[in-house]
Amino acid sequence: MALFTLVIRRTVYGLILVFAVILLNFTLIHIAPGDPAEMLAGEMGGATQEIMASIRVAYGLDKSIPEQFLIYLGRMARGDMGTSFYYNQPVTELILQRIPETLSLSITALMMAIILGIILGTIASQNPQGWFSGMVTVGSIAGFAAPVFWVGIMLLILFAYLVPLFPGFGIRTVALTGGPVIQALDFLHHLVLPAVTLAIVFLAQYSRLMRASMLDVLGSDFVRMLRAKGLRERVVVYKHGMKNAILPVITIAGLQFSMVFGGAVIVETVFNWPGMGQLAYESILRRDHPLLLAILFFSAIIVIIVNIVTDLSYRLLDPRIKGGH
Amino acid sequence: MAMDEKIGIGAVSGWRDAWGMFSGNKGAIAGLVIWLLIISMAILGPLLYSGNPFEIVSTPMTPPGGKLFLGSDYMGRDVLGGIIYGAKVTLLVGLAATVCTVVIGMVIGTLAGYYGKQVDLFLMRVTEFFQVLPPILLAMVLVTLFSPSYITVIVAIGSVNWISTARLTRAAFLKIKELDFVRAARATGATNSRIMWRIILPNAFPPLIVITTLTIGSAILFEAALSFLGLTDPNIMTWGFMIGASRNYIWDSWWAVTFPGAAIFLTVLSISLIGDGLNDAMNLKLRVL
Repeated sequence: MALFTLVIRRTVYGLILVFAVILLNFTLIHIAPGDPAEMLAGEMGGATQEIMASIRVAYGLDKSIPEQFLIYLGRMARGDMGTSFYYNQPVTELILQRIPETLSLSITALMMAIILGIILGTIASQNPQGWFSGMVTVGSIAGFAAPVFWVGIMLLILFAYLVPLFPGFGIRTVALTGGPVIQALDFLHHLVLPAVTLAIVFLAQYSRLMRASMLDVLGSDFVRMLRAKGLRERVVVYKHGMKNAILPVITIAGLQFSMVFGGAVIVETVFNWPGMGQLAYESILRRDHPLLLAILFFSAIIVIIVNIVTDLSYRLLDPRIKGGH
Repeated sequence: MAMDEKIGIGAVSGWRDAWGMFSGNKGAIAGLVIWLLIISMAILGPLLYSGNPFEIVSTPMTPPGGKLFLGSDYMGRDVLGGIIYGAKVTLLVGLAATVCTVVIGMVIGTLAGYYGKQVDLFLMRVTEFFQVLPPILLAMVLVTLFSPSYITVIVAIGSVNWISTARLTRAAFLKIKELDFVRAARATGATNSRIMWRIILPNAFPPLIVITTLTIGSAILFEAALSFLGLTDPNIMTWGFMIGASRNYIWDSWWAVTFPGAAIFLTVLSISLIGDGLNDAMNLKLRVL
């Protein structure tokens, strides 16, 4: 029952955030230089008079600002976020087609970063003054400092051209024939370089965080108690220590999902990965503003959902946390 | 960048001790040396390289070595010249965006931490709202909707990058405002704004210096990403722009993308090493990611 109220409360809060994103988009349309109708038409200066007139009517641009907002809100609630004139397709449809690609990239990268980060951080914490621990610290600083698009390009030069192990661009081999297994393997083959690129940045952070978190836990009273009870060090570290030290890493990873998603946007443009990021980039080049704003909106919704899921699973994992905070 | 809010405040026993700790840290000193070299390159740039970085000076894709030390790009533009020229712009934009970030973050964090209650609740909700927007995507939207001028770029970076600063400032204020000397100041009738800006803020400096240092790094990375995507002023040569311009020729002229990227990497690395060293030297135990 407590869980049920929690789910409701988190969902309501999520909806308020969604409302705030709609308000942000509405504000941006109105404070950006130029005519809001042109902004909504998506073809700066290129739209015909009829299209502009129909947009003015559809969005009630002759009405007061609060009325305009209600009209805008109503359209968003119905999932009508305008039409992309370049694709001649509703932007909602365009984006929904691209969500799986972006999610597969960002979730794969996030999982790789979390799992490897936990392993490296745990090993480093076993000898905090040792060379391996030093490597993790230096690696984490270097990982933060490397621009993600540059890491991607370096991996492309190394592993797609110099040693052609992986395909450099796209999501599947165009002329590939074969069953679903071959198709899936081909997809994974294409996924390796973009996912590794994105994972490197976050791996750097999580390994260092895990190291610090393990050192905290291993220095705490309950671990001293376990050792005093005569438990083997292996059990203390890998069973009790890790279980407790992982929680902060998961929290940060959940909170940071918007950054992973943002990283995916950049990585997609480097590898021509046909997800939302590449679509955002193309919409900028074509000045397709309704599409761009809708991508911002959908990205925020995905982050909100991921945050709720992480938050709930975290509460299930850690029985110490109950209720609101 | 994310921050863990467990912080120690006022753990500095004196600036001289802090310098002692800092100078004993090999990484921090290496960072400081690299940073000073890059700064000198930016300041002395016009003496080292007087040409126009957009000028075609050789046959396209001249490999590194020879007269052009780092070769030329697909249009025959000097890569080393671009890096030297771009240092100034990259650093200036990075610093300006940092000022913008720190001002926004500090004001929000100060108000939230000092006033607490409803003000804090509201400002933290605003912060959480910004955390659900992918930062680079929001920056891309702002720069596209307004203009690709550098003023827009600086404000856009400031608007997406202030969250860590705000959270850290708030955490510091929550801790410091309960200390005796603040109570004493309040008892003597000091105004809220005096307590906030003249009494608490200076005592919150150690963690804020660390986060500001790291913010310079992230601001440079944001600028680089926006220039790489071609969203900044196309008439100004920056490191990110150089990589973006040559992105279709990465195999034929690997040097034109590798060296400008290495410049960004080294610059941000040096700042991060300095920030890390300051964190240890002031014994803050900030977990800066």
